Amino acid sequence: MGHVSLKSLNKFYGDLEVIPNLDLEIPEGSFTVLVGPSGCGKSTILRLIAGLEEVTKGEILIDGNDVTYLEPSQRKIAMVFQSYALYPHMTVAENIGFGLTLAKLPKNDIRKRVLEAAKILQLEDLLERKPKALSGGQRQRVAIGRAITRNPKVFLFDEPLSNLDASLRGQMRVELTELHSQIKATMIYVTHDQVEAMTMADQIVVLNEGNIEQVGNPMELYEFPQTLFVARFIGSPKMNIFQGKVAAKYQCQTLGVRPEHMEISHDGGILKGSIRHIEKLGADTLIYSQISGYDTVTARIIGKLEMNIGDPINLKFSDNHVHRFNDGIRIDS
Amino acid sequence: MPVHKMVGLALRYLLLIWIAMIFIFPILFMVVSSLKPDLQLLMDSSSLRAFLPVGDISFNNYTSAFDRAPIFFFIFNSVMITGITIVCSLFLCSLSAFSFVFLTWKGKGVVFAIILATFIVPFETIAIPLLLIVNNLPWIGLEGFKTSWINSYHVQIIPFIADALTIFLFVQYFRDLPKDLVEASRIDGATWFQVYRRVIIPLSGPIVATAAILKFLMMYNNQLLWPIMVVQEETYRPVMLGLQYFFQLNTQWGEIMAYLTIITIPVLLFYLVLQKAFIASIASTGIKG
Ligand SMILES: Nc1ncnc2c1ncn2[C@@H]1O[C@H](COP(=O)(O)OP(=O)(O)O)[C@@H](O)[C@H]1O
Ligand SMILES: [Mg+2]
Repeated sequence: MGHVSLKSLNKFYGDLEVIPNLDLEIPEGSFTVLVGPSGCGKSTILRLIAGLEEVTKGEILIDGNDVTYLEPSQRKIAMVFQSYALYPHMTVAENIGFGLTLAKLPKNDIRKRVLEAAKILQLEDLLERKPKALSGGQRQRVAIGRAITRNPKVFLFDEPLSNLDASLRGQMRVELTELHSQIKATMIYVTHDQVEAMTMADQIVVLNEGNIEQVGNPMELYEFPQTLFVARFIGSPKMNIFQGKVAAKYQCQTLGVRPEHMEISHDGGILKGSIRHIEKLGADTLIYSQISGYDTVTARIIGKLEMNIGDPINLKFSDNHVHRFNDGIRIDS
Repeated sequence: MPVHKMVGLALRYLLLIWIAMIFIFPILFMVVSSLKPDLQLLMDSSSLRAFLPVGDISFNNYTSAFDRAPIFFFIFNSVMITGITIVCSLFLCSLSAFSFVFLTWKGKGVVFAIILATFIVPFETIAIPLLLIVNNLPWIGLEGFKTSWINSYHVQIIPFIADALTIFLFVQYFRDLPKDLVEASRIDGATWFQVYRRVIIPLSGPIVATAAILKFLMMYNNQLLWPIMVVQEETYRPVMLGLQYFFQLNTQWGEIMAYLTIITIPVLLFYLVLQKAFIASIASTGIKG
């Protein structure tokens, strides 16, 4: 239950074309993350699926049914907003049960389903509170609870963790992933944070200016980025990009090498420069070096490093780990 | 406290007291005068005694005012006309503001601009055309079918239900409410009316109270020109027209002051009640926070 198809989707806001032409299949039960820089149209796609915006052209199917022109409430979807959008004048229980109240379910059934959701999300003790008496993480849970009670085929999340602090965000990532394996509905999750995408998704859709750059599971995107955009966007620290002589040596316009594939060379590598900055993370060390003729090059070295800022450094990489691009598109050898 | 600060504070208080007096003295004058016989009232009015309850103080003016005019009857009319207008106005104006802010429909901007434009048209300009219209409008009420609205309550109510200011106040307030709430409730399955009734209005306490107070003042205090034009029968006349009773052969100033004092009481009551509701609603919804 919950297969979503977007067919030739097109969306204008006035004269501004935000989504030129988008085709996407979201398998049922998947955790699909739409990721891309801010302003690339992620929220728009989500709101089109939710029915909060009208499509300009194209179709939206859920489980084969055309829902393009249905009301949001009839699409069997639920949405969690970035702002949580809790009703300030209702208690937590009323917030979670609002959809059921509107559907005129018997009071006992509502109570039961609210309690079920509250139990999953550990909100039992907070049911009589108003939203303003909750912490950010608790509000987040209430918003998710409200989605759960609707028993939707598809959950839509629009940057739900961006208002939380870093440690809570890590915890909620785990909780959301667990929730997904527990209730097995399709989840479509929007974020600009590639770490969230990598850690939570089983399918990632990378977007750039309303177009899909690549669809795949996290490791596919990491190991075989099909475009330069994806190569730059996925992975932290970012992939090193070389043009000119270094790229020419590999018969391409642009060459990408991930920081963990850079090595310090003691017999004179092709990249000579000096160390600008060092980050000691414990298990490994990040070296940012200024290489003549290029931008800063990042290298991730396992273990500790006995070098200092300003020291000269030579870097190399092995041929097995290079990504080659012509005109922004991957060329496979 | 340093001297210059104390002087500054003193000046500030003096200014505030002065402003307060400007507002209080007319009311004080009214109440004090209502307790004096006419002769003394006129003599005192040239000195500060005008503001002091001194001399021959009594409630005589009140008893004779009640004898002269059916005061409760006028108050009943005014409160009823004002009350019904406020309730209908709050409902209709907030509903139309809701549609301006949250719904999409063709020509919305133009219609809103036209409504705002009516702001600058004074009532006096449209009074005559309006009179011609209501004079020929049919009505079916408790007394059966009538061919004109003249001499009725509704002729004093219906033309005043919708007004640009109230709509504008609601539009401004609704625009500041988080749009997400509306979208969330649409996803939860609320109809547009349910969004209005169960989400937007419960969060609109402060603006409902504000709009109600403004509307009350607009209505209660201004029932003068229009009622003279459209209501000849005393049965339907509001408090302001009751003043006529006191301007016959010789003007009874003391009784007029007594009458004015009495008809001010509903205003104060209304204001106090709404002020409480206003503060309570801000405290309970707490949208910001
Ligand atoms: N209601 C709207 N009216 C006009 N332009 C909009 C509207 N909503 C979004 N946009 C524009 O559409 C583009 C995509 O927005 P959005 O989908 O919110 O991006 P994202 O969520 O990826 O940051 C942006 O350029 C934004 O300014
Ligand atoms: Mg967004």
